[in-house]
Amino acid sequence: MKNSKKFFSKIAVMMIGVLFILSSSGCTASKDTDTIKIGASFALTGNVSVYGIAARNGVELAIKEYEETGGKLDKKIEFIVEDNKGSEVDAANAFNKLVDREKIDVFIGSDISGTTLTIAELAAEKKIPMITPTATALPVTEKGDNVFRACYIDSFQGGMMGKFAATELQAKTATILYNFGSDYSEGIASTFEEVFQENGGTIVGKESYTNDDKDFKSILTNVKAQNPDVLFIPDYYEMVALIARQVHEVGIQSILLGVDGWDGVIDQTNDFPEAVEGAYFANHYATDDPKPEIQNFVNNYKEVYGEVPNALAALGYDAGKIILEALEKAGTTEPEAVINALKTTNVDYVTGHIEFDEKRNPIKSISVIKLEQVNGKLQQKAYTTIEP
Amino acid sequence: MTFLQQLINGLHVGSIYALIALGYTMVYGIIKLINFAHGDIMMLGAFTAFMTLTTFQLPIGVVLLITIIFCAIAGMLIERIAYKPLRNAPRISALITAIGVSFALENLFLILFGASSKPFPYHINLPPLSIGPLQITWITIITLLLSVGIMLMLDFFIKKTKIGKAMRAVSEDEDAAQLMGINTSTTISITFAIGSALGGVGGVLYSIAYPQIQPYMGVMPGLKAFIAAVLGGIGIMPGAMLGGFLMGIIESLTKGYISTLWSDAIVFGILILVLLIKPTGILGKNIREKV
Repeated sequence: MKNSKKFFSKIAVMMIGVLFILSSSGCTASKDTDTIKIGASFALTGNVSVYGIAARNGVELAIKEYEETGGKLDKKIEFIVEDNKGSEVDAANAFNKLVDREKIDVFIGSDISGTTLTIAELAAEKKIPMITPTATALPVTEKGDNVFRACYIDSFQGGMMGKFAATELQAKTATILYNFGSDYSEGIASTFEEVFQENGGTIVGKESYTNDDKDFKSILTNVKAQNPDVLFIPDYYEMVALIARQVHEVGIQSILLGVDGWDGVIDQTNDFPEAVEGAYFANHYATDDPKPEIQNFVNNYKEVYGEVPNALAALGYDAGKIILEALEKAGTTEPEAVINALKTTNVDYVTGHIEFDEKRNPIKSISVIKLEQVNGKLQQKAYTTIEP
Repeated sequence: MTFLQQLINGLHVGSIYALIALGYTMVYGIIKLINFAHGDIMMLGAFTAFMTLTTFQLPIGVVLLITIIFCAIAGMLIERIAYKPLRNAPRISALITAIGVSFALENLFLILFGASSKPFPYHINLPPLSIGPLQITWITIITLLLSVGIMLMLDFFIKKTKIGKAMRAVSEDEDAAQLMGINTSTTISITFAIGSALGGVGGVLYSIAYPQIQPYMGVMPGLKAFIAAVLGGIGIMPGAMLGGFLMGIIESLTKGYISTLWSDAIVFGILILVLLIKPTGILGKNIREKV
């Protein structure tokens, strides 16, 4: 037994040695200088693949268009995507493979916050300029000053909706109904409260529920007594559909306000559209916004992928464009130069005008969408955009 | 006025709990089994209604009838396949089997329908009834009337009919009942059928009130109904009703006046208190176990 243990440890030491040699030789290998390698990793399979595929398509379209319109980069662009199945282990492997074997210059990804955090950690170590289209968790960009994101962080939209309620809707009073225990809901609720009050509004009630709740009538009976101008519900669409229905039943007349988690609420409320009719919610972009850059994007995307691009696809597209423009501005693939170029981003994109703050989170405008009933069917209508 | 409104809210949820609790109590009364799959029967009822509504677009009355029949058959089948072979096994084996059946049903529906919740395609299009500042939705009224009606019918059935009498006999002493010429097997089957049918009705009413259905939807209401049955005194039918209504009202008042986050804690706390003072439940009789 003892002998075999020794034997194994010897082998292990040897293998570590071999790995060391291999990896160090990898570092010195010369890079192909005629092509720029853009690496990406998304969940292309698995249960969050809806997000990953949309984001991947967006990035792909941005690169394709860039090449077709004769981008100013005089090098060839190679786009390499690795599936990470939405799992953190696979994400780490995918990223290491892209860096060690493919020698990528810049990285775009991932879709959900979990895998993105893993990759951001590695990317910070290896100083690869990176942008995530859609990961909203706050710590992602705190991993290193080479990590950027194209979407706003969760709490940002709470503040924007607070401003919207107080200035555009002229609301004086608001009640917040939030999901206790959900970082997403709580974070948004607290920034909404802050900004709404800063703009002269009064919070008349702050009620919470949990993920397991189905019956909200008891809470809503209290909300009815508070009679606020707006009722802010920062949560995802399934819960929102359940709550909105009971809001209607209890007879609350307040205007409902929501955030990007509401995207999809229409499909859940087909049978009782009146519950969410007239509600407003924040989103990354509105597909029916007449701005030419948005309409071009929507049409081109539909042509290539045969469906209307969702917010994730739009963010993927923007992330791709941000990276390409930074590469162009830097004129080199040196990480430092690319990172500095990324920091100075200041352009109108599909999801709004993007500039980065000192934490590399975008300061951007937000689209407000109104739910309207047309011939008994709910529709999303671009209502306005709110500047930061 | 808000207090009255909160009471009505509580009665609504409570009557659904009571319906489901009846199933628990009936089965426990007759074979001393806590049928943990009962909450999933409720889910089965919701999905049956969902399927008949979406594919055949039948009127709600017919849908309810189909659901009742389907759930009754499912309940009988489960009893035949999973519990009957264990009739003489230790009680713990049957209990674990019940948990197994519960998981099996949940996972079956997970495979069939997926985990994401589906909007329930039926709702009552009438504006809520306004009495002064009170707003009472029609589903609340219908749920209350339907569940009280069903309970009265059930009470009559158990007390006056032959099968009802057989049920009571089997629950008192299975062996003696068999010697008296009662077909205990059939009687137990019928008990399961009725209990499951009530669970199915509960499922439909629940889905109309909270119109989202998914394979795990039965777990929480099932648990609460079980507690309602214990609170009122398990094995005693009026106890299940009382327990159900009490649970609903306590829950609603806690949510309305204290905090949503505390509602479960308070409900369970009251259960513990009641059991400490009266281990057999509110309506339970102190019967010494015969040795």
